[in-house]
Amino acid sequence: MKEIVVISGKGGTGKTSITAAFAMLAGKNAVIADCDVDAADMHLLLQPDFAKSEDFYSGFKAEIDQELCMKCGKCKQACRFDAVKKIDDSYNILNLDCEGCGYCAEICPVKAIQMVEQNVGKWYISKIKNNAQMVHARLGIGADNSGKLVAKVKKEAKNIAQEASKDFILVDGSPGIGCPVVSSLSGADYVIIVTEPTLPGFHDMKRVYELVQNFHLTAGCIINKYDINKEISEKIKSFCKKNSIDIISYFPYDETFTQAMTQGKTIVEFDDGNLKKILENSWKKIISLTDQH
Amino acid sequence: MKISIASGKGGTGKTTLATNLAYLLSQKSPVILADLDVEEPNSGFFIKGKEIHEKKVFRMIPEWDKEKCVLCGNCQRVCKFNAVIKLWEEVLVFNQLCHSCYACSELCPQNALPMKTYEVGKITEFEQNNLHFIEGKLNVGEEQAVPLIKETIDFTNHNYSSDILRIFDAPPGTSCPVIEATKSADYIILITEPTPFGLHDLKLAVEVMRELKKDFGVIINRYGIGNDDVVQYCEDERIPLLGKIPNMKKAAEAYSKGELLSEAIPEIRSAILDIIKNLQDREVLL
Ligand code: SF4
Ligand code: SF4
Ligand code: SF4
Ligand code: SF4
Repeated sequence: MKEIVVISGKGGTGKTSITAAFAMLAGKNAVIADCDVDAADMHLLLQPDFAKSEDFYSGFKAEIDQELCMKCGKCKQACRFDAVKKIDDSYNILNLDCEGCGYCAEICPVKAIQMVEQNVGKWYISKIKNNAQMVHARLGIGADNSGKLVAKVKKEAKNIAQEASKDFILVDGSPGIGCPVVSSLSGADYVIIVTEPTLPGFHDMKRVYELVQNFHLTAGCIINKYDINKEISEKIKSFCKKNSIDIISYFPYDETFTQAMTQGKTIVEFDDGNLKKILENSWKKIISLTDQH
Repeated sequence: MKISIASGKGGTGKTTLATNLAYLLSQKSPVILADLDVEEPNSGFFIKGKEIHEKKVFRMIPEWDKEKCVLCGNCQRVCKFNAVIKLWEEVLVFNQLCHSCYACSELCPQNALPMKTYEVGKITEFEQNNLHFIEGKLNVGEEQAVPLIKETIDFTNHNYSSDILRIFDAPPGTSCPVIEATKSADYIILITEPTPFGLHDLKLAVEVMRELKKDFGVIINRYGIGNDDVVQYCEDERIPLLGKIPNMKKAAEAYSKGELLSEAIPEIRSAILDIIKNLQDREVLL
């Protein structure tokens, strides 16, 4: 079983549209994991049935029992996040600021502070429209545990894939370079970076590749909208060659991506021409590349 | 006045809007533009100012002092983030997991975990006439964006008078980094695309802003490409639609080269000017 993770660094490069198309091409050989938990969109194209759902608990927030509190102010002194506020005569926790470190609870002389575990989201196991299974999630508002939710989604996908002896886990990773991406990448067999030939796109790709290198992972690259700036596309190509990143394919600037999305379809279901062909060839190439590594 | 520009989904034009708004407004009076998308800051490609200052940003991480430690294990017990682990003969600190809360350090009976500085990124300050551009950039390998976002906002607060208009380019998504980049703002602009992904992520962003009790409006970028569902949604929810930026392949090409769209494409300039006028009518801008 191979775990293939698709990332992009920058948002809006077409990562999710391309991953969803691969999901359709992989069919029942793959388990799909949507790890872009912060803005999970893949379900709009793959139509999962949300068959099984579970709450996700992670992290804590402090709560003060006003009956027990003797107003000594030690919690306020200890808190490094300015999350304890004195309002009139009482001490209160500012929920949005509390990091859940538990320092205040540890030192409160009368044990008036409880650390309460937080429900930060939900995760689901679904069947999608081609009957493959998909694990996905929804992060609650302002939650700071996206990395942990990503890890959970990946772990469940792995369990399903192992039990059913699937060939692939296909992961739609998160944008950026922070904790959710790090969680998305951990344990990957092959990383696909979807980029676009814009100065920001190239810059973000280089940053996220640095991260890929830190994990000693092998990667391939897909350049979307390669024709909006051929000069930068060439630069991306040489960057890939220099760093032994496989070049998987190029997609032209094409509003078909959006048209397919507007109908809730992946590109391979919507388009019978050029884009579909590139996607099919890309997926074949990815299978053979992951076999080599 | 602080205006934060956010979006549920990445790549919808946050940076385009932030840089062009700041640039056009700075032709009349001083503006501060802060790039708080510290994981992947991109505003700097479009604002070509002169660098006037760079500062490294640190946070505090405990460092184990083998000589003083008696291996009591209290540090591991108090750390809620599993960032410090006591093994048989040593204590390990995992920098990436540490939230710098000081609990292990200050509660160690032997003072064997003094807090030391640890570099997480840098803040750079640029100047282009009336436009002051502040960029926060996270080091690759550092997983926590929030402390650097906080430092970048503090930097603008300490170095500039509060009378000057601030525009924040917030990170994408709906989790903690976005909250950090929007919670101190007076007004939030949510930018989206007229597509199913755009609408879905806009709804999440709207939920966040309502939860934070923020005043906000919506701008549609690449208007014309998808369908009218976003417009309908804003009408149904009575969310002010502040403007529409037209979809043009030319814009994608100019963006790719780092050109400021309001300089390169007249249609986009006039769309941004309309947005400014709209914000003035609503008294968000003077
Ligand atoms: S430390 Fe405990 S007793 Fe003292 S003010 Fe805080 S909650 Fe109240
Ligand atoms: S748990 Fe930590 S962050 Fe939250 S109030 Fe207590 S000391 Fe502050
Ligand atoms: S609390 Fe201090 S003395 Fe105890 S194990 Fe940790 S570092 Fe060592
Ligand atoms: S400072 Fe806080 S988060 Fe960091 S290791 Fe110590 S207890 Fe854990």
